[in-house]
Amino acid sequence: WINTTFMAFCHIYSLVMAFRACLEEVQLNETLTHLKTESETLKSKLEDERAKLHDVELHQVAEKVEGLGQFVMKTRRTLKGHGNKVLCMDWCKDKRRIVSSSQDGKVIVWDAFTTNKEHAVTMPCTWVMACAYAPSGCAVACGGLDNKCSVYPLSLDKNENLAAKKKSVAMHTNYLSACSFTNSDMQILTSSGDGTCALWDVESGQLLQSFHGHAADVLCLDLAPSETGNTFVSGGCDKKANVWDMRSGQCIQSFETHESDINSVRYYPSGDAFASGSDDATCRLYDLRADREVAIYSKESIIFGVSSVDFSLSGRLLFGGYNDYTINVWDVLKGTRVSILFGHENRVSTLRVSPDGTAFCTGSWDHTLRIWA
Amino acid sequence: MSGSSSIVAMKKIVQQLRLEAGINRVKVSQAAADLQQFCLQNAQQDPLLTGMSSSNNPFRPQKVCSFL
Repeated sequence: WINTTFMAFCHIYSLVMAFRACLEEVQLNETLTHLKTESETLKSKLEDERAKLHDVELHQVAEKVEGLGQFVMKTRRTLKGHGNKVLCMDWCKDKRRIVSSSQDGKVIVWDAFTTNKEHAVTMPCTWVMACAYAPSGCAVACGGLDNKCSVYPLSLDKNENLAAKKKSVAMHTNYLSACSFTNSDMQILTSSGDGTCALWDVESGQLLQSFHGHAADVLCLDLAPSETGNTFVSGGCDKKANVWDMRSGQCIQSFETHESDINSVRYYPSGDAFASGSDDATCRLYDLRADREVAIYSKESIIFGVSSVDFSLSGRLLFGGYNDYTINVWDVLKGTRVSILFGHENRVSTLRVSPDGTAFCTGSWDHTLRIWA
Repeated sequence: MSGSSSIVAMKKIVQQLRLEAGINRVKVSQAAADLQQFCLQNAQQDPLLTGMSSSNNPFRPQKVCSFL
């Protein structure tokens, strides 16, 4: 009878364990359901809070502002030398030098006044999708399909082999889509196809902070103007634009109104807003203090994606480079297009206004860069 | 267990949403007025907006001097 009792105990024990497992699973499912409900509630609360403050449109507020006249902007310089699509460019703080990178793996530093090439580096990979000039003007950073961001110090000696002094700083697990030095030559911010952004120390190559939150490739980033503090905005294939706190790694605001990939983000000069350009053929303006989209720059006739956006110095004009080879110039306040510029013979892939606002530069799949003023 | 990892993920999402829902916001009319004010205040210093003269813009063709 000891056997039978023992068997009975085992039986009861296994029943109890099975019951406990069931109970745990039910509890887990309940918790999951609770969390899902809470997240839905919070999402609609967020929408309500944002809607409450939507008392007027930006262009309505700007009705009394004087309209802009005709703009005469032309190509003033054409920089020829890349052997394939130009993917990215950046201005030097000296307002005349430019660094550009291309699908053929070349990174070139130009003097935009004279159109002379000052330096050229061949990267070990093709599709160099990102490049940036260091604030000191003494180095450039670049990367792409190699999943890295490397820094090249620029030497005064034109014959020196720049590739020899190359320093690998960032390592991602997918392509590098954008990079930018912070206020000094010492730190670099990167974004990647691996869905993250990261802040790196240039000297040691150490990862200082990583930023997780995008659900797909991050395509672009822009640092807030230095007066505004330590934040940056990123845009990605998940159609979201996220604003991040650089110190904590926290996402502090998130905007999801675009209908396709966000290819470019750029802060408004005051730091209170940012613009975005997307494959959905629109540019949009998001105000950070109102925490919502406040303007859409679009036309029925514009059906090709925007690759790159930047503001003029006062923030009144928004320049957009499009995949239909044109540049559209928008009145930021009134929401209307003030000019359309032709010249490139293929997609405009990158666009930046010069540091003193006297000109802007575009790079294109037609292998050239153009300076407009 | 996949159940507990999706709970961890959901908790993160809920935490993030709580953070975003809690921030202070201003009315669009106020924000728009500030954006407009910034534009107007800086308009004169914006070369691409005002179309600065050729003599000041390094990229525009210089006027040619001729001796009379």
